[in-house]
This record gives sequence, structure tokens and C-alpha cells, in this order.
Amino acid sequence: MSETIGFTIDGRPVRARPGQTILEAADAAGIYIPRLCAHRELHPFGACRVCTVKVNGRPQAACTMPAAEGMVVESNTPELTEHRRRLIEMLFVEGNHYCMFCEKSGNCELQALAYRFGITAPRYPYLFPNRDVDASHPDVLLDRNRCVLCARCVRASQQLDGKNVFQFVGRGANKTLWVNAERELADTNLDVRDRAVDVCPVGCILRKRQGYTIPIGRRRYDHEPIGSDIERAGAARGA
Amino acid sequence: MTDIGHAVRQICAVYHNDASRLMDIIEAVQSRYGCVSSEAMNLIAQALGIPRVEVHSTVSFYSFLSNRPKGRVIIRLCSDPIDEMFGMLPVANTFEETLGVHVGETTADGAITLEWTPCIGMSDQAPAALINDVVVTYLSTDKAREIVAELRRSGDPRKLVHRLGDGHNAHPLVRAMVHNNIRRKGPVVLADLPPGAALRKALAMSPIEVIRDIKTSRLRGRGGAGFPTGMKWEFTRQAEGARKFVICNADEGEPGTFKDRVILTEYADLMFEGMTIAGYAIGAKEGILYLRGEYAYLRPLLEHILQVRRDAGLLGRDICGKRGFEFDIRIQLGAGAYVCGEETSLLSSCEGRRGDPKNRPPFPAQKGYLGCPTSVNNVETFCCVARILDRGPGWFAEIGSKGSPGTKLFSVSGDCAAPGVYEYPFGITLAELLRDVGAEDVQAVQVGGPSGQLVGPDSFGRRLEYDDLATGGSIMIFNSSRDLVHIVRKFLEFFADESCGYCTPCRVGNVLLLRKIEEILHDRGSPDDLHYLEELSATVKFASRCGLGQTSPNTVLSLLRNFPEVLKRRLKPPAGEFLATFDIRAALADTERLVGRSSVMYAP
Amino acid sequence: MSSKPRIATCSLAGCFGCHMSILDIDERILQLIELVDFDKSPIDDLKHFTGRCAIGLVEGGCCNEENVHVLQEFRRHCDILVSVGECAICGGIPAMRNNIPLKECMDEAYRNGPTVYNPSGVLPNDTALPLVLDRVYPCHEVVKIDYHIQGCPPPADAIWQTLVALLNNRPVELPYEVLKYD
Repeated sequence: MSETIGFTIDGRPVRARPGQTILEAADAAGIYIPRLCAHRELHPFGACRVCTVKVNGRPQAACTMPAAEGMVVESNTPELTEHRRRLIEMLFVEGNHYCMFCEKSGNCELQALAYRFGITAPRYPYLFPNRDVDASHPDVLLDRNRCVLCARCVRASQQLDGKNVFQFVGRGANKTLWVNAERELADTNLDVRDRAVDVCPVGCILRKRQGYTIPIGRRRYDHEPIGSDIERAGAARGA
Repeated sequence: MTDIGHAVRQICAVYHNDASRLMDIIEAVQSRYGCVSSEAMNLIAQALGIPRVEVHSTVSFYSFLSNRPKGRVIIRLCSDPIDEMFGMLPVANTFEETLGVHVGETTADGAITLEWTPCIGMSDQAPAALINDVVVTYLSTDKAREIVAELRRSGDPRKLVHRLGDGHNAHPLVRAMVHNNIRRKGPVVLADLPPGAALRKALAMSPIEVIRDIKTSRLRGRGGAGFPTGMKWEFTRQAEGARKFVICNADEGEPGTFKDRVILTEYADLMFEGMTIAGYAIGAKEGILYLRGEYAYLRPLLEHILQVRRDAGLLGRDICGKRGFEFDIRIQLGAGAYVCGEETSLLSSCEGRRGDPKNRPPFPAQKGYLGCPTSVNNVETFCCVARILDRGPGWFAEIGSKGSPGTKLFSVSGDCAAPGVYEYPFGITLAELLRDVGAEDVQAVQVGGPSGQLVGPDSFGRRLEYDDLATGGSIMIFNSSRDLVHIVRKFLEFFADESCGYCTPCRVGNVLLLRKIEEILHDRGSPDDLHYLEELSATVKFASRCGLGQTSPNTVLSLLRNFPEVLKRRLKPPAGEFLATFDIRAALADTERLVGRSSVMYAP
Repeated sequence: MSSKPRIATCSLAGCFGCHMSILDIDERILQLIELVDFDKSPIDDLKHFTGRCAIGLVEGGCCNEENVHVLQEFRRHCDILVSVGECAICGGIPAMRNNIPLKECMDEAYRNGPTVYNPSGVLPNDTALPLVLDRVYPCHEVVKIDYHIQGCPPPADAIWQTLVALLNNRPVELPYEVLKYD
């Protein structure tokens, strides 16, 4: 046991291996900390800030913060939940998220987070940005209206596919997902089997001709909230 | 047309095809071709062996870089509120009229582009603009016409400089019309020191003793955050790594601050001396001066001073005869990005990438530039370092107040008789400062720039020091005729433009804050907006990834806290069913024009 | 006049799908009419409000001045106003025009569209036709909306449970499986 780090999340003792982030240790302990840009197979990025927790009273992204001995982490508190709701609402109004005709609906992590938090309408005005759709690739659709700038595809292409298909250009509200080509996605070496295509949490990167193959009622988040798998595993271990 | 492929390969070769020098390569390509075209991006990517989209990403991040051709001359008008207060809007209109373009456009002949740019560090001589690298100050509508006439005649912005400024502004390598406006000198920064004097004293000690002296002096970082310098150096010294770096943050971008401009112009030796001492203390051989793109006009002078120091044995190998101590400094030019003043963004930029901040931990002291232990300190901090080594830590610690030893440079601008740079011991009250600068009828003072606090007369007794009114040096004064809500809007516009866009709260939240303040300015505010602004600000501050978003709502929050009446005066509950923000007349205006009739239901 | 609470409904820039979903509560509609009376609504075809209503259900967003006018009427006459469905909440499909300039939309619809015959090029401007707005507005960006029922259309259960909760002064808490955006 001396090899591991001990700390608490919402008063529950948690153990972590050296080098593990708070988020990884929480997952292993069966405590779900909501997140969007974090992905098990990818290096932490810390962009969406949905996983923000308090560490010894100070805000930190759980996905990038290494666990340390004795740290006191707060996650499931009314204050943090409220911040998370606002961040999710910001992401909704920032893009053009028309769930009713999005192929990702039901399997979308942004939508699932909103369901988990019971959001019925954002308190912020919709910004209705003008964004491009890139349908050039024979097998993959890139609809930037739905991009949440999480960089999962950027990272997966680099870290899992050994390519560099995606990167961001511009800054601030003009920050945009771009492709490694002069013009469009078809000019890159993206393959339909690339992991970069799978990891998109929303309906921004989609395989063509796969829409609505899973009927309503059997989609990932139709019946239970996002994070239930982690919590169930934790409950099973605790029991 | 010369072969662009050959030229780009040559430029890349100068930097040994090193991708971490992408900023320099891009700047060189742009200065040769006016932009970094799609073709140029391909060529750079090929030469450096990096993905093309990485080049595109860097080019697209900085406002001084462009992938589309712009005018041979670019006029960048300073958009900060101080410039506006001193008449920038009529000046801008005159430029638009005489050039026949709107701001943001290029003349049809491709000669001149007109743009807005945030604070260029000339608030003490506003309104001001950058014309290519040439600074023009104290603009008026007449001057705007003369400038356009001269540019049309010669196309050479250097010909706009007739009367040179004081001090080194008149140096043949600078030749700027800029004035130092040094109003009050103090014993620490704005004082002479023979080059090498402090360095020799440092080299007579061990590096650990130097760090001990800095710790004894209790010097804290002058950039604003106030981290103890000695501790930062100790961490960097102790961190493992064969290669370490000293970086001087001269990306003075906080609107209303310009004191580093004056140091760089007149006291660069002091700063370089401090950097060299830091190199000795932490065990670094390499130093970088990250110079904001707006101060590119100072680069030839700074390069010259570095060369003089090399020639005098104050840089290079065996410095001052100290066997084995080697240190040199290069200048990294920025390209118009406020966020790069944040130390980890600055590191990204030095590495040739978009100026995104990095995740912390690890801190730069552990893993900084190129993954090596790095100490990033402010221009003024390095000046203090040199002085401490010369006069002793005890002498320094005696100056100023208990928690804030030493002096501080203040950049004072706005409604006062004598805008300029003032060096005071820490701990003077705001009232004393306002008296000395000749400020009357003061409604509010923005202390520490837009990321600081807006305070009113009830705070003028407070002290300018780390533990009370902390500031990196920006003091903007607004008299009773100024509209504070409009000023806050300008600041939010600045933050929304300058956010790197990496994290949600800063990227989206600042846009939403700006939008709400604009609604209030257009008399579409309702009492509920106070709560809306409070909670939105709270989340942006709480959840943002770096200092930009963690401080950008301060301007809104200090308006709410310190000037509630100013805001409340503009808020009224909506009279009918419509929300205050919904304007049926505005929503119909376009259609009415298109179809050629007015609404019957909602008649004008 | 009965003492039952009154309900009004309307469809603004919507497709009437949400109204179909109201009817989709099946036999519970019999329970509903025990509980409430319908006032202005396409269901009973009452064109004007006859009195104060407890609840107004609004389908669709605001794409023209008539939508705005109806919504304004609803706000004036209803104690509780509920946005029903994605169009009311976020503008829905009609809001896809929000990032296309208005003139381009008009030209496509009335001048250059492949099926348009309009040699004079005049845009419809009869005073009987409501003028379109510069963009499609979600209802809560025009008037205060008290509750939102998500879905395209919302499941009949979501509408039913919301109504029952509101009529009984209970907090509206929809089970996880009923809160859906599609």
C-alpha cells in the first residue's frame, strides 16, 4: 500500500497510483466526475472544464491534476454542479446543436451530460454561429456546427492513429477545427477506420451511411445517465 | 517573381529547419511576402517536417500574422478606451474617409490596410497607432490626413517620423517619435548602473548565495501575480535537467501599461544584467527576451545592446572572466497576442506554436521551454535583481512596505495632467499617486488594467501593494464625464478577442458577458441582469484554465461591487410582455426594407 | 363557466408535431378534460382567449410578427407559460436559417428558387401577410417562459406529467427517460 497515494473525494477515501490523475483515480474508485474532453485512451487536455473539482478549496481540472497524498477533493457539491451546468449550457449555445436531426442523438456525450444535469433550456442566448460543413470525404462527415473544441480527434489522430489529420486554427470565439490539407477533409489521409473518427463525443465527426442504425430506445444514453457504468462498477465493488 | 520555394527553404535553413523556431520563420516569410500564403505554409511544413495544419494553426493564432495578403502598409489603430477618450474615433473616421475603406479593409490598390489593435503601450501619448513597425503618437484628424498623404507619396512609414522623442527614442537604431514620459525616478529601476557592476558582484558569490540574496530581499514578481522570485529560481535550479532557460517576459500587453517600454528603451542593460544573473543563479546558459510584436521598433536597439554586452564580455563564454560561466540571450518577437503574457502561453509561443497556455502542473520551473526547467520573470523584476545584487538585499528590503519590498513602476494614463511612468516605493496610497499625477474630478481608477479592479473614491486611501491594491503597473484614470459601462464593454471586447479559445468558460463566457453589457448599453438591461452577470462571471473566474479567464470578469465584478448605481441606473423592468432584450422593431427592420412596407402589427 | 383551470395551446413556427404529441396522451385525454377546460387552442379551434388561463402551452419558435403577437397574447393571458418542443426552446429546424442572411433566404424563397415563378421579382408584401423576423427566436428570448418541455416532439408522458405537476402545484421533475431532446 505504500506505493499508492491516499486522498479523499467528497469525504470518501480514494487510493491512486503515482502519476494517476484525480479523474483516473475517481473512475477506478467508482466515483463519476462529469467530463467531456477527457477520454481514457488520450492524454489529458483540460479544455472543457466540466470536470472542474475543488482541490483543497481551489478549482482544478480533475483530468489534468495528478492525485497527491492527503488532498481533499470536492466534486459532487451544489456549487460545482452549478458551475458544470453553466459550462454545458455555454457549449450548447456556442454551437448549432439541433439534436432532433443529429445522427449522434442518444449517443452524444454533450447531450447526455445535459440529461444528467436535467437541463431543459440554456439560460444563455443562442449564438447561432456560421460554421462550415465538410462533406468532401467519401466516408466521413465533418459538421463543425456541432464541434465543442474538445480536441479528442486532434489527439486521437496524433496519439492513436499516428497521423495529424486535425488541428485548431484561429483563436477565441473564432477557434475552429481544421484539417491537415489546403482545402478539405478528402485531401487528408484520414481513413474511415481511424480512431479519430470514433472518439468524437458529439455529432461533429460521423461515419457516413451509419446514421440511425441503432433504434431509439437502444441508444447508449436512452435509459441511464452518462457515468452510470463507472458508478455501477463502484457500487458493485463497494458491496 | 523570385522562386518562393527557394526563399522559404533558405529562411528555414537559417533556423536549422528547427520547428521550435516556427514563429521566427513565419515572421521572416511574412515580412518578405506580406503574408504566409497557402503555398508558403506547404513549403514551411515540408522544410521543417511538420504537418501543414500546425503551420496554419500558428499563423492563424496571432493577429499580426496573416495567411491572406494585406496592404504593404498596415495601419493599426489602438482601440483601448484611453485612446478613444483622447479622440481616436474621429481619427479613425478620418483614416476611413481619406483611404476610402472601413477599418478591417485594404485599399483597392493593395497599398494600405486599416485595422484596430488592442493597447500598443502608448496610452501616455494617445491616440496612437502602429504603422508597420513605426509608432505614431498624439494623433489628430489633421495628422491622419498628413499620414495618408505621406504614405500615398512614399509608401514609407519611416518618413512619418519628423521629430524624434527623448532619450534612446532618438537613437539612430530607434528613430521613434515616442516619448519616455518618465515623471518620477526611484532608486531601484529608473536609476543608472554601470553595465557589469551587479553581475561582477553576483559572480563573486556562489549561485546559491545569489538565490539566497534574492530571497532575503523578498523580491516578488513585478508582472502582477507577485510570486517570490527567489523561490522560483530555487525551484528552477533544483529541477533536474541539463539544459535550463531564463526567459524575460516583455510581452507587456495589459491595456494601460507601458512601463516596460520605457525600461526596454532606457534601461535594457539593467534588465539584461538581471537576466544574466538569473542564468548564473539557476544554471542556465540560454536566455530569451520575449518581446511583444508592438515593440518591434525597439528590437534593433536591443540587439545592439546585446552585442555591446557580448563584446564587453558580459554575455557569451567565461563571462567577466568567470571560467565556465556561459550565457547568452536571444530575442523572440511576439506577433500580437495578449494571452502570451501568461507565462505558459509565452512558452508555447517561444516554441513556435499557438499561444495556448499549458496545463499546470508541471510548472515551468520543472518543465518549461522545450520541456526544460525555465524561470520566466518580468522585465522590471530583472531590473530589481540587478539592483539588489549591486546594493544588497537589505537595502532593497528596507524600501517599500512590509509585504511588498522595493519600488514599483506605474504606467499612468487617462484623465490626469501628467501621464507617464512613475517609480514609487510600494505602499503609497492611490490618493497620493492621483495627487502627484494631477488627476482631478476622478470618478474611477482602473488599477492593474482590465484584469485588475475598477475602484472609486472610497478606495483612494488604499495602498498600492501586493496585499491591498495589487497591480502590474497599469493605472487608468477616468473622470466624472466618462461612461464606466462603456469602458467595461471595451475591456470585455478586448478579452473576448484575446481569449485563446482553449477552454469553454473563457471562450464562451467572455462573449456572453460582452453581449449582456452591450444590451445594457443599448438600454435593453433589466434588473435580472445583475444576477446574470454575477453568476456568469463567477463561473468564468472559477473554471477558466489560465489567468486570462480567471481575471477577465474582474472588470464586470468591480463595476457591480464598486459602482452598483452606475449599472442600476440603466436597468429597468420591461414594461409589457416582451423581455427587455427583445426588440420587435429591430427584428422587423430588415424585412421592412426588403419588402418595402412597414409592419401593421408593430407599426413604427 | 366552470371553475376548472383553463389551458391554452398554440403552434407558432412549428410543425404541429408537438400538438400531435399532446393528443398522444391517448385515453388520458379524458382525464385531462376532467381536470381542465381548453381555451384558445387548435384543439377546440377557439381563435381568441375567452378568459384568464392557468397554463399556456406554446409549440414553435417565432419566425414572424404574427408568432410574436400570439406569444405576446399568451404571456398576457396565461399564468404559467410553457415552451413545448425544440422549436419553441431553440428555434428548431426553422432556426437553421439563422446563419444565412435574410436577403439570401428571401431571394431563395421568392426569386431564385428552382420552383419559383416570379417574373416581377416582387417579394410578397401584402398587409395580410405577417412580416418575417430577421431571425427565428426561441420563445424564451421574446417573453418570459416558465417551463420548458424538451423533445422533438416531447413524449406524451413528458407533457402529461408536466401538466399534472403544474395543475397540482407540485415541482416539475421528469424522470430521466422522459427528458429527451429528440
